[in-house]
Amino acid sequence: MLSTIVQNLLNALQWGSFYALIALGYSLVYGVLLLINFAHGDVFMVGAYIGFFVATFLLTQAAGLPGWVVLAVTIPATMALTAVVGVTLERVAYRPLRRKGANRLYVVITALMAGLILEHGNLALLGASRKKFPELINEVVYTVGGVSFTNLKIAVILAAFAVFVLLHFIVTRTKIGMAMRAISYDKFAVPLMGIPIDTVIVFTFILGSSMAGLAGVLFAMSYPVLEPYMGALIGWKAFIAAVVGGIGDIRGAFVGGFLLGAVEILVVAFFPSTFRDLIAFTVLLVILSFKPTGLFGVAKTTKI
Amino acid sequence: MSSQPTSVAVRPDGTAARPTAFQRWSVPALTLAGLAVLLWVGQSGALTKYTQTVIMFMAVNVIVSASLNLVNGYMGEFSCGHGGFMAVGAYVSSVLGVLLFAKDRVFGPPLLPPEWALVGFPLIVLVGGLAAALAGLLVAIPSFRTRGDYLAIITIAANYIVISAVENLDVIGGSRGFMGMKRVVKAMGRAWDLPWMLLWSFGFAVFTLWILRRFVYSTYGKGVMAICQDEVAAEIMSVNTNRMKVAAFMLSSGLAGVAGGLFAHIVGYVNPGSFGILKSTEALVMVYLGGMGSLSGSVLSAVLFTLLLEALRPLQIIKWIVVPLLLILLMQFRPEGILGNRELADVFPGLRRFFRFK
Repeated sequence: MLSTIVQNLLNALQWGSFYALIALGYSLVYGVLLLINFAHGDVFMVGAYIGFFVATFLLTQAAGLPGWVVLAVTIPATMALTAVVGVTLERVAYRPLRRKGANRLYVVITALMAGLILEHGNLALLGASRKKFPELINEVVYTVGGVSFTNLKIAVILAAFAVFVLLHFIVTRTKIGMAMRAISYDKFAVPLMGIPIDTVIVFTFILGSSMAGLAGVLFAMSYPVLEPYMGALIGWKAFIAAVVGGIGDIRGAFVGGFLLGAVEILVVAFFPSTFRDLIAFTVLLVILSFKPTGLFGVAKTTKI
Repeated sequence: MSSQPTSVAVRPDGTAARPTAFQRWSVPALTLAGLAVLLWVGQSGALTKYTQTVIMFMAVNVIVSASLNLVNGYMGEFSCGHGGFMAVGAYVSSVLGVLLFAKDRVFGPPLLPPEWALVGFPLIVLVGGLAAALAGLLVAIPSFRTRGDYLAIITIAANYIVISAVENLDVIGGSRGFMGMKRVVKAMGRAWDLPWMLLWSFGFAVFTLWILRRFVYSTYGKGVMAICQDEVAAEIMSVNTNRMKVAAFMLSSGLAGVAGGLFAHIVGYVNPGSFGILKSTEALVMVYLGGMGSLSGSVLSAVLFTLLLEALRPLQIIKWIVVPLLLILLMQFRPEGILGNRELADVFPGLRRFFRFK
């Protein structure tokens, strides 16, 4: 009994780690720009593909390298390249609109469309055939007291926690983190204080996109089938997780991600697995109905 | 009576306060003429079946974009789950239609004589709309306390809830989809050989525009625009914002359900996948392409968008790169859409002399 609970808890933590990593990207961008970056789920997908290409390239060009070396090169390279994708998106699509002072809604539509372009551009370039992610490290299954887990699962969970600690440190303890918080607090006063607002925004996108790239590689290693639409559903769900936690707050995204993971694993444990989305979304709807600004969100009062 | 009475009060925009007979009857006459043309097109075979289908999709898209415009344009909320309500309408009316008027493997022989489909078809489409309006409550009630981005999530979640609920209902085919609506349409054709789907989609499109126009410009419906301007101020000015939101969401989702019902009977097959986020995105695109808070803009953009999708069909998957790219360019260079928040008659004031649409 206890082992079942612990087993499910581990599964929930792993599944929630992916949501949390992606939700962090949503939350960071939203916190700074008040922009729902709907393309973020597809940036995650692009990250997984970049990871696939980097890993395959290394395995074929430098055959004989041990798997862990390949992995050690793949992860930073993927994070960097995914960050390039995210920043390009910001430079090409979002910044011109921001410069014009366009309504936030138009930026959101642009983000939605950018996501569609990423999805279908991938489909057009690479075709509909699924890609299989190469196995980089041997999965070792440990069994402790009836609870079985793999080294990969532990690595995913640890990575998520490490990322959270790092981001929390950056946002709360560093100068650039302070600038990020300042922009979300008052967008108009910040440039007057001599803070380079565009640099800070680019930094935010680098952070968010590289986390999505990391999530992409880890996801592709855990579930090694890549397809262009993999980012859509998980992206929407991660966004919902971010909102349930209270979007704009790092802790909120983290807790929301794990909460969503836990709900989904619980549902699968007790119901047929096709009920997963139905019940997960219903639970989230109920949470939002009672706590409209999310778990960590602070309600803003409206001034007349 | 002379054609130009001298004592008629004149509004600042130059139109007479009392519509002339021409203004009064031009829109109904145009509607009838449209129906007549469609009747002729369908009977004579002047247009291919494909062109006819495109016309029907245009009508469905007009309903979808105009109804979403009520919430996203006039009320200023950001609802991105319109596809879910279409799914409710499509499934309810399809199941009812097949149950009542067609022989089916699962549901057995029809409960009513198939000839009754002639009268029954608009009714089942409207019942589908009613069911979708009830599903709209799923979004309307949380909207009392939430706004903006949080409400956007709720609508996405509602879309997913509807889709996965349908996927889990094995009676109506689950994720395999549901078919048999062609038999209902055929039953109508047997009873009286007219191009029914053409006529009904056109009719329902005009009905949608008429009801939305009546609603938004009524004294009661002006509350919707008041909410868009400033919700707190509207509340103070004695607009019952909660009731207003329920009315707007239910009307919008109900009309989306009507569109879904028509769509299902045009295609003859529905599956949950065709009402996902992509469908909702299409609806959003049409609203913003046409302009928020402009019914004629919605009509224009729905027609243009349908034509664009059909014109780009040979490109296959590239189509879904070109369309978003066009929209991104639109957002960069003309973010307010084709007409902005103006109607066609505001852009061309001369048009006012010819019609009155209320």
